[in-house]
Amino acid sequence: MTDAYVVGVDMIKFGRFPDKTVPQIGAEATHLALDDSGLTIQDMEALYCGNLGQASGMVGQRILQEIGQTGIPVVNVSNACATGATAFREAWASVKAGLYDLVIAVGVEQMGRGLLGGAGGSKGISKEGLLGSGTMPSVFAEAGMEHARNYGTTFEQFAKVSVKNHHHSTMNAKAMYQIETPLETVMNAEMISYPNTKLMCSVNVDGSAAAVIASEKKAKELGLMSRAVKIRASILTSDPWQERDLVMPDVNTCTRRAAAAAYEMAGLGAEDIDLVELHDCFATAEILHYENLGLCDDGEAGRMIDDGEVALGGKVPVNVSGGLLSKGHPLGATGIANIYEVSTHLRGEAGQRQVEGARIGLTHVIGLGSACGIHILEKAS
Amino acid sequence: MSDSPLPAVDYLKIPDDGDPYLEGYKCSSCEAIFLGERANCSKCGERDQMEAVTLANSGTLYAYSIVHRSFPGIDVPYISAIVDLDGGGTVKGNLINVDPEPEKIEFGMPIEVVYDDALGRKDGEGNSYLSYFFQPSNAAS
Repeated sequence: MTDAYVVGVDMIKFGRFPDKTVPQIGAEATHLALDDSGLTIQDMEALYCGNLGQASGMVGQRILQEIGQTGIPVVNVSNACATGATAFREAWASVKAGLYDLVIAVGVEQMGRGLLGGAGGSKGISKEGLLGSGTMPSVFAEAGMEHARNYGTTFEQFAKVSVKNHHHSTMNAKAMYQIETPLETVMNAEMISYPNTKLMCSVNVDGSAAAVIASEKKAKELGLMSRAVKIRASILTSDPWQERDLVMPDVNTCTRRAAAAAYEMAGLGAEDIDLVELHDCFATAEILHYENLGLCDDGEAGRMIDDGEVALGGKVPVNVSGGLLSKGHPLGATGIANIYEVSTHLRGEAGQRQVEGARIGLTHVIGLGSACGIHILEKAS
Repeated sequence: MSDSPLPAVDYLKIPDDGDPYLEGYKCSSCEAIFLGERANCSKCGERDQMEAVTLANSGTLYAYSIVHRSFPGIDVPYISAIVDLDGGGTVKGNLINVDPEPEKIEFGMPIEVVYDDALGRKDGEGNSYLSYFFQPSNAAS
């Protein structure tokens, strides 16, 4: 099988664009990624589009209706917060399988404001606030409290994740926010679902990101290897049965399985990873994933954030983009935006927030329900 | 409209002659327990081996969150709790009769399941509902 490379990748600055349509927002990132590769939509043999909000709305085709209806196959993908990563993986798989030599994956989302989750249940009465809470801040608070139960992780340690990621985003012009949030500010922000305060919840924003993927032969033929990023592993898992499944979505097991499979596919270990963009939908979640991804031993995540090992300049910087907490979380775009971030570091083009000497990076997303997508990327030459 | 309260969830059973209880479905092949009636086991994949079991009204607190922001009309703060029932089965609900403060809540604390009106909530036809709640098992009910 051929190796597959990212030869063009970009994202728009995340924000709120109520006057634009979803296809318009998606078309912007598609153009940016094509420009980054020096290619055009006429060069693409297939398009894979990730979007949740209009999952039945043929968003991929409507993006082509904005920028060029070339008649290529379009696949629309919806997989909760793993939507973007799934679209990217489908694009990767088509190149690996030898179906195409040049394809594009785009992720796009236009979000409302406010709480996600918890509104469900069509028959009878609302269960929210009656049978506990199904809001995302609560669900991930409970997942964090499971870690607190096992290892004594503190509110302050969870809050430090938010301090770190907001600090990182001050160096990322494409993040929604560029604002320092000291520890007291994070801990004293409005409590949403203990232990997650408002500044420990990801930001609902509109956004898009896209990546052009090429086979090795095509990347060489087009002279695109100098900035190419090799896709060393692409893994998708769903959640295996767990005891508490029905009331407590398990974000840990599917991540651990995906990480093990990704390291095996890449022939690498966690110690080889120079930077990580992981799914910090809530500050509590990031702590869990240090251990789930093998960045530290079980029970060490609290110490890892205390010691600064996951900050820029630390042993393995995590979410130097600002993460979902500060860059923002447009659900369908997130999985490709984190591929943009890691690729930018591997190319040595991340400016002030550059992870020095970065050669190998890992991206991770979790969609509740559940889907976990992990990609391992390496500088090509 | 029903004369008597309806169950808030389908795994809450209200017998004509007896106390309400929570019902699980247990796989007779691998013993996994689920909430709500089902035909197949998603742990081991066995078909048609599920049997109804009565879940215990006692258990321990596994994890929780204290909810301060919810949707309009929902009283906050409240404790969203995950409880492991004695003998198997995990359920989620409101933990009541405890102050919603972290220092008042202990992992593993013994819990009992109590049944009461669903906070006055009614459906579009005006039906009342019976729900379940958790409280510390040493609390007066």
